[in-house]
Amino acid sequence: MATRNEVRFILNGEDQAIRDVGASDTLLDFLRIDRRLTGTKEGCAEGDCGACTVLVGRLTPQGLRYDTVNACIRFLASVDGCHVVTIEHLRGPEGGLHPVQEAMVALHGSQCGFCTPGIVMSLYALWMATATPSVTEIERALQGNLCRCTGYEPIVKAAQAASAGKGQSQDPLNLERNTITKRLSDLRDGARVEVAKGEDRAILPADTADLAKVLEENPEGTIVAGATDVGLWVTKFLRPISPAIHIGHLEELHEIAEDDAAITLGAGVTYSEAALTLIMTWPHLLEYWDRIAGWQVRNMGTIGGNIANGSPIGDTPPALIALDATITLRKGGETRELPLERFFIDYGKQDRAEGEFVERIRIPKPAAGQLHAAYKISKRRDEDISSVAAAFRLTVEDGTITEARIAFGGMAATPKRAAKAEAALTGQSFDEATMMKAAATLPEDFAPLSDWRASAEYRMRAAQNLFRRFWYEKGTDEAVRLETA
Amino acid sequence: MKDELSITGATGEALPHDSAIKHVTGKAEYTDDIREPAGTLHAYLGLSTIAHGKIEALDLSAVKTAPGVIDVIGPADVPADNDCSANGMHDEPIFAETVEFLGQPIFAVVAESRDQARRAAQLAEVKYTELPHATNVMAAREAGYPNVTSPLKLERGDITAMEAAPHRLKGTMVVGGQDHFYLEGQIALAVPGEDEDVVINTSTQHPSEVQHVVAHALGVPSHSVVVNVRRMGGGFGGKETQMNLFCCVAAIAAKKLNRPVKLRPDRDDDMTATGKRHDFVVEYEVGFDDEGRIVAVEGDYFARCGFCSDLSGPVTDRALFHADNAYFYPNVLLRSHPLKTNTVSNTAFRGFGGPQGLIAAERMVEEIAYYLKRDPLEIRKLNFYGGEGRDLTPYHQTVEDNILDRITDELAESASYKERREAVIAWNARGGVIRKGIALTPVKFGISFTATWFNQAGALIHIYADGSIHLNHGGTEMGQGLYTKVAQVVADALQVDAGLVKITKTTTEKVPNTSATAASSGSDLNGMAAKDACDQLIARLRAFAVEKYGIAPEDFRLYANRVHLGDTVVEWDAFIREAYMARVQLSAAGFYKTPKIHWDRESGKGRPFYYFAYGAALSEVSVDTLTGEYRVDRTDILHDVGRSLNPAIDKGQVEGAFIQGMGWLTTEELWWDDKGRLRTHAPSTYKIPLASDRPRVFNVALADWAENREPTIKRSKAVGEPPFMLAVSVLEALGMAVASVADYAECPRLDTPATPERVLMAVERLRGTR
Repeated sequence: MATRNEVRFILNGEDQAIRDVGASDTLLDFLRIDRRLTGTKEGCAEGDCGACTVLVGRLTPQGLRYDTVNACIRFLASVDGCHVVTIEHLRGPEGGLHPVQEAMVALHGSQCGFCTPGIVMSLYALWMATATPSVTEIERALQGNLCRCTGYEPIVKAAQAASAGKGQSQDPLNLERNTITKRLSDLRDGARVEVAKGEDRAILPADTADLAKVLEENPEGTIVAGATDVGLWVTKFLRPISPAIHIGHLEELHEIAEDDAAITLGAGVTYSEAALTLIMTWPHLLEYWDRIAGWQVRNMGTIGGNIANGSPIGDTPPALIALDATITLRKGGETRELPLERFFIDYGKQDRAEGEFVERIRIPKPAAGQLHAAYKISKRRDEDISSVAAAFRLTVEDGTITEARIAFGGMAATPKRAAKAEAALTGQSFDEATMMKAAATLPEDFAPLSDWRASAEYRMRAAQNLFRRFWYEKGTDEAVRLETA
Repeated sequence: MKDELSITGATGEALPHDSAIKHVTGKAEYTDDIREPAGTLHAYLGLSTIAHGKIEALDLSAVKTAPGVIDVIGPADVPADNDCSANGMHDEPIFAETVEFLGQPIFAVVAESRDQARRAAQLAEVKYTELPHATNVMAAREAGYPNVTSPLKLERGDITAMEAAPHRLKGTMVVGGQDHFYLEGQIALAVPGEDEDVVINTSTQHPSEVQHVVAHALGVPSHSVVVNVRRMGGGFGGKETQMNLFCCVAAIAAKKLNRPVKLRPDRDDDMTATGKRHDFVVEYEVGFDDEGRIVAVEGDYFARCGFCSDLSGPVTDRALFHADNAYFYPNVLLRSHPLKTNTVSNTAFRGFGGPQGLIAAERMVEEIAYYLKRDPLEIRKLNFYGGEGRDLTPYHQTVEDNILDRITDELAESASYKERREAVIAWNARGGVIRKGIALTPVKFGISFTATWFNQAGALIHIYADGSIHLNHGGTEMGQGLYTKVAQVVADALQVDAGLVKITKTTTEKVPNTSATAASSGSDLNGMAAKDACDQLIARLRAFAVEKYGIAPEDFRLYANRVHLGDTVVEWDAFIREAYMARVQLSAAGFYKTPKIHWDRESGKGRPFYYFAYGAALSEVSVDTLTGEYRVDRTDILHDVGRSLNPAIDKGQVEGAFIQGMGWLTTEELWWDDKGRLRTHAPSTYKIPLASDRPRVFNVALADWAENREPTIKRSKAVGEPPFMLAVSVLEALGMAVASVADYAECPRLDTPATPERVLMAVERLRGTR
């Protein structure tokens, strides 16, 4: 296997080949400090404010795909083989302001201006992807961008105004699409990439088989997929992650497979990549999915990572546990499969051996009689961590609940099934009284914490009330959602 | 005819922000974007890890030997005074020797790179003797903590009238604080010069104060310290005094090492180590008659001030100044209690205590309305200032310019308040899960610094021989569009296109002894100072024209980029060239001080405010009574900015302030753990509004008929702070939705921030299930 000791990518128009790259070097510091591209700002260094939003283009089997990402938590090593586009690269068809920039000026979309480059990048990505975005789509594109001055109204209006002009086909990024594709293809040499700055090492395995090998060679390594969590280990906790073993670039792990029985997601599938397939199959995930983080983080973060980091407040585990998902773990050439809920042993402890990695997630397809729901409760509606996340899958036949799977996040040290509630439902008639009887068992299975997100009392009450919401939604015509009332 | 032409960028025109194109292209330069001089070092602060205690031993050996470290700076390295207090009270050390809050700076490390300095700062070994701590108002009161500054009492009428009032209600309101969350954090870049000189590029609202505080710490005259600010990435009050610390540390290190030093804390450290909006606990009693007319109000306003005074004196004063909001209190007694706590010292934040005072007034109105089962708007209108003998504030200033009756009537009419309130009540009567609420709340906000001497400003204008104009003034640009507005004032006065007016960075070298750009006063003060400079220049140009062209003074006229000299018309640049050749001084320093104002704090009497700004908002919300989650369905605003200098910028201020106020009252929660550690110290845990939190329908209008009764710049009014408090309408609407579960029998008494948790708990309390 060939090994390459430099990271290669395209920055705006220029080819980059960089040898001194440490595991903890971020794309943002590279842009601002090394390349003095200071249009990209640091607002929080944790992927929440969006002031550092840039586009990263990468080759996929479907072609060149550009995503907004947070440069502050994106590791420099991980842009190998990518096209990084910053605010400095934007221009209009005649070389002046881009239509998004023009609209932002004309509609007074900036005040202090510090968040503005990031907002322009998010709106630019939206503009390329969606010719005439709805207000909801604009808000979704801006979930990962904070503005403290404007109150967003003129920014939303600017997004609408920019889309009225069209011109996407004449956009430089689209015109250069074939050239960039060619240049990125040329960068693909099939080699493993190993770079370092001093002792601080980063490895990009050549493929999944090589990943298994790298992990066997470096069992102490830190697996980095989307870096939306590991990024903070570095930027906030200054923790060493060397050797960082990147998997975000591995095409096999981005695969989404579908057969008659199940949908199987590679562990590197991002929230954004999974969205369409999952929502088509399980429509109840639509609103839930859009409330996971902001757009940039959904573009970076992976479902495998959300599972593997074992957080008690990850949003995908409760939803997937309720759907009876299983995961495949791999070590070297060996694989094993286990139900997702069994992966979570205790706080910070998962059923994953050293050198082992999550390879894929299998979710059985819906069956007749299943009623689904996934609920997220958070202090702020969007881009917030759940106070409580809950997912229900009840199978109801002739008014009787024949099977119940209910999982919670934020209620225990791990994502966890509500075993007592499930038992209380199974075999009973589906009605409000049964649901509330099941809700009453929650304190037997859960003793949630009080913290800055919510008190234990609130978590418990809200969790119990979600049983009532489920009944109202599935069993009555009552409008129980803010969106539909 | 050329007379038909007009200039671009006159006052009243919706000119875009002067930096808008630079903002959207990423070319606007913030302090961290300035190219660092060769050899620049980076400092990082070492922060305390306990809330209260003595430092017994500070072992910095590992810090000093960490990679890249050049030096460590502590109290002994401060050349003169280890103090960065804004007010001269000498109670805010640059480096603490006794720790008074968790996150207090105790040393700084200087290294070749910021990353190295930051990593090294973690390596300090500190031994503390811990002392008991009190982090909130309740704990501080129980522990008998002192005030950080002298409290204020406002008194008028006879408070014993309370006893005779037909109805009396007592209550307590807990009002949360707020982090500024300026997108650009605190930052200072100090470059040492010859002699005692140091130049500091920073992001402060108050360059003169930074200059004075740094000079004080270095023990040098103010003339040795230059402070430059081109723009800030947001301020909101959070950069009024808070930058003093960072500038002092950078300057001390730069002078000690004779190398440029930059200091930029990480967001988490920024939020941990810098002050915020004061949390308040307000204990109130209100007496009123059967109609809901207020007879007497007594209130105690306890504030979490943090470990030192900072601006807590004037902030708690302003809370009392706005404890009446828009309402006449015939008999009133108000007391402030600026309490010390073991938290970071709280500071200025848009509204400066006013919102906390105002919101308690609105709570009292709510109490009366629920008690009497009346529409709160009726109670409001009944109690507005106005009418015989009903125009005196608790601080004995007469309200002369009240326009709230017209504003609220117009808003209620245009936004169909009555019909919609009926519809909301009908909706709730169905008894479903989703409940609605609606509220119309007013704002009256006093404009002027209550420290009277701050109400002065200077400007410096040069006209170069080619006709181009250099504008400088003491105000700072933090996104509010001040630079643009003042440039419009100059363009208008000199009758040239705004594009001819070069806006330049704020620097202590050009205009001395400036006040903070704060208290919404930026355009009022600096606009008038610039106008004064223009008037001086025009007078000289006129005198020159009279002499040279033999025209009457009144035949000299500047208009639309031209100079009209009787029947002769000369291009601006040509005329300026002539004036230069004739040795006319083409530079002028303007000055302004606000007239009429005076304030005697001891007696609690005076006219602290030049005028009042007014506005009203009508908000409608939906609440999910199963989870406490909510959504603002619609907000309509009618706001008074007098005659707007720039309606686009003013509207932007109103919209932005409303959303920021909504954040304060809804999702922005400061949460300290039992060790005194702030746990909501980053956007991951501290939630400011997002685009999707905007009201689903958001109609904002400026009262186009309004004009300032006082001769302010172009009869405009200040706009930065007043609209912040329009968000109270959201809180009260949430309260109404909550109260509906108990058929409005009880005042919902929602404390703030009204997070989904507080809303659900209030629902369950009113339902009797909690």
